[in-house]
Amino acid sequence: MKNKKDGKGGFITTTFNSMLGWGRKFSLFQYPFITACCGMEYMSVACAHYDLDRFGMGWTRFTPRQADMLLVVGTISHKEAPVLKTVYDQMTEPKWVVAFGACAVSGGIYDNYAVVQGIDRIIPVDVYIPGCPPRPETVINALIKLQEKIQKEGHEWRFQKKKS
Amino acid sequence: MAISKEKILEDLKQKFSSEILDITAQFGDDIILIKKEALLDIANFLMEDPYSFTMLLDLTCVDYLGEQQRFEMVYQFFSLSHKLRLRFKARLQENDCRIASLTSIFKNANWLEREAYDMFGVHFTGHPYLRRLFMYDGFEGHPLRKDYPLRKQQPKIQLRK
Amino acid sequence: MKYRIQEEAREGTMLINMGPSHPAMHGTTRVMLELDGEKIVNCELEMGYLHRGFEKICENKTYFNMLIYTDRMNYVSPLINNTGYVMTLEKMLGIDVPERAQYIRVILNEFSRVCDHLTALAAMCMECGAFTVFLYMMKAREYIWDLMEQTTGARMTTSFIRIGGVRSDFPADWKETTRIAVEETRKVLKDCHGLMSKNKIFLNRTRDVAIVTQEMAINYGWTGPCLRSTGVNYDVRKAFPYLVYDQVDFEIPLGKRGDNFDRYMVRMQEMEQSLRIVEQCMTKIPEPSSPLQSRPDGVEPADAIKASRMKRPDGAIKLSPNLEGTEKEKYPGILAGKKNIVPPKEDTYTNIEGLISHFKFFMRGHGIRPPKGEVYFAVEGGSGELGFYIISDGTDKPYRLHLRAPCLHIVAALEELVLGNYVADVIPTFGSMNMIGGELDR
Repeated sequence: MKNKKDGKGGFITTTFNSMLGWGRKFSLFQYPFITACCGMEYMSVACAHYDLDRFGMGWTRFTPRQADMLLVVGTISHKEAPVLKTVYDQMTEPKWVVAFGACAVSGGIYDNYAVVQGIDRIIPVDVYIPGCPPRPETVINALIKLQEKIQKEGHEWRFQKKKS
Repeated sequence: MAISKEKILEDLKQKFSSEILDITAQFGDDIILIKKEALLDIANFLMEDPYSFTMLLDLTCVDYLGEQQRFEMVYQFFSLSHKLRLRFKARLQENDCRIASLTSIFKNANWLEREAYDMFGVHFTGHPYLRRLFMYDGFEGHPLRKDYPLRKQQPKIQLRK
Repeated sequence: MKYRIQEEAREGTMLINMGPSHPAMHGTTRVMLELDGEKIVNCELEMGYLHRGFEKICENKTYFNMLIYTDRMNYVSPLINNTGYVMTLEKMLGIDVPERAQYIRVILNEFSRVCDHLTALAAMCMECGAFTVFLYMMKAREYIWDLMEQTTGARMTTSFIRIGGVRSDFPADWKETTRIAVEETRKVLKDCHGLMSKNKIFLNRTRDVAIVTQEMAINYGWTGPCLRSTGVNYDVRKAFPYLVYDQVDFEIPLGKRGDNFDRYMVRMQEMEQSLRIVEQCMTKIPEPSSPLQSRPDGVEPADAIKASRMKRPDGAIKLSPNLEGTEKEKYPGILAGKKNIVPPKEDTYTNIEGLISHFKFFMRGHGIRPPKGEVYFAVEGGSGELGFYIISDGTDKPYRLHLRAPCLHIVAALEELVLGNYVADVIPTFGSMNMIGGELDR
């Protein structure tokens, strides 16, 4: 079986891959899992001044079942961790996770009994956005990087059970 | 009807002369140290006119590790009509950290006492639903005590890596 | 351990969970409802999903380090939290703040309060379905954050208010930026008044829903706009005036019925009063004693630091008479005090007194060491009386720091307020309470 993950394969497969990547990257449905202060910067990014809609991510889906991008915004405490895992499990493939803000990336300034030191201890993360809170330009830069990643990766377009 | 702070403190001293241990002032605030058994009586006394301390501003606890009377409960009462704040403190022993609950008088004492129980382990007799507020149910220990290490994590789910 | 609502559940009712990750939950609270059809029969709220251990961290960090954590408490109005914390310490240390710094603090506090009310009402209206109001209010907030960014360097979590004053002065064109911010906010408020205040749908959803009486509000310990919507006239800025609030002229809007609509109206009118305060402060603020955001000797800080790295200073080295440099004011007009401030970077790099002051400020065991004792001080936050209770044991770290979070008392009443109403009423009620997760859970 040809290795589909790194995009190698025949001409038709790679073209189809890039078309699928093009389609998927410009119509991301995001689910903002907002907990803390970074939520304010997320609201700024999504609204009129620094618009996220022009990148195709305008429609915020308020349910994980309809979303394919999970934006973890803010601090995750140990009490919240099972909730985050449940939400991640409820999302269907393909899905991407963006850790927004220093607290989601590594626990941020809170190194104590209550805070998970980075959400990659719970779920796999695709893009990390540093900052406390990150400026809107940083967020847009990160989301464009995510779009490039989606474009390049090989897509499982036939129904196959994912081993994770 | 305006009543001065000194008059209130004097009336308190007169009525509860045996329960009030000390009245001091620090940085402009008044602090009254009382015996823990007198808490409900004093709160009821101050609620009525002319004192009308009808609001419980704050309820918290301090841990003095190493002393015989380890925990100190701090109550802040506020009177809207006289714009006065009073602070009451009561000491608790480590092996007998129980004190009467103020939920019968003030409704916000419900959550404030749950927070004190969660963080310090102080029991409030008469509280209708004493359950952890901030931490989750399986958490062992009381985080704000001085002998609980800062970084001791108790993850609720299995962490990767 | 079963929840109270599970144990008290009756036959034939439905238990519904509005989970922690919910768009209308402003972050992280979990509302569990017991429903009989659409009517709410019982309600329980679980919080603590954003507990970050603020009070425990305080016992391990110095007073200066704690400043950044206070920003992230009520993160929609961070400068007010900064002010509250810093003023508590100033009460303990007995420092007088220069007048220009007080005016700067008041202007930034009032803008923070406007941001807080804008965010609260934007979220409340969005959840009721009025998405346009959300976008308009976020637009107004951006103009205010422009001013914050030019002055403080950061849009949201600023850590600008320091012990003894403020970190630096306004930039040269601050009056123009402030004027634009005020004008845009007024335009947005006028638009939103037109959209919402007489809107039949909004009135039906918020009028006479979740009515709170004065006795109930006082018994629950409510303060701030929610208490004022019931008719009780208590504002910390008028009752215990601090900074320069006794020298500016503003009114306290009061509500009559204590329902959701009154809480909305009180916030809209308070924003107008805050803008009034800002305009008065803009005219009353005393002139700076030295040019804005520049050094007294005219050399730019970056150039001075670069020059110090290249070569030794020309000419004879001048030492200050008491070898501490304290007879020269480091931040004239905006920051007072001697032992409680961080010396400017170019002083640290260019003369020995600056280096010594920097070292003694940051070294463990030294730095700010208030006298032993305890103090409580409260400011008027966006949601009510924000109080700081600090116990100091004479060292450079606090022994105990407790925050009197106004949100906790307000949200504690939700369980009783929604009984008898419909499920859809939970949303505007919760929105009008302005719950901020960082403050509620600390």
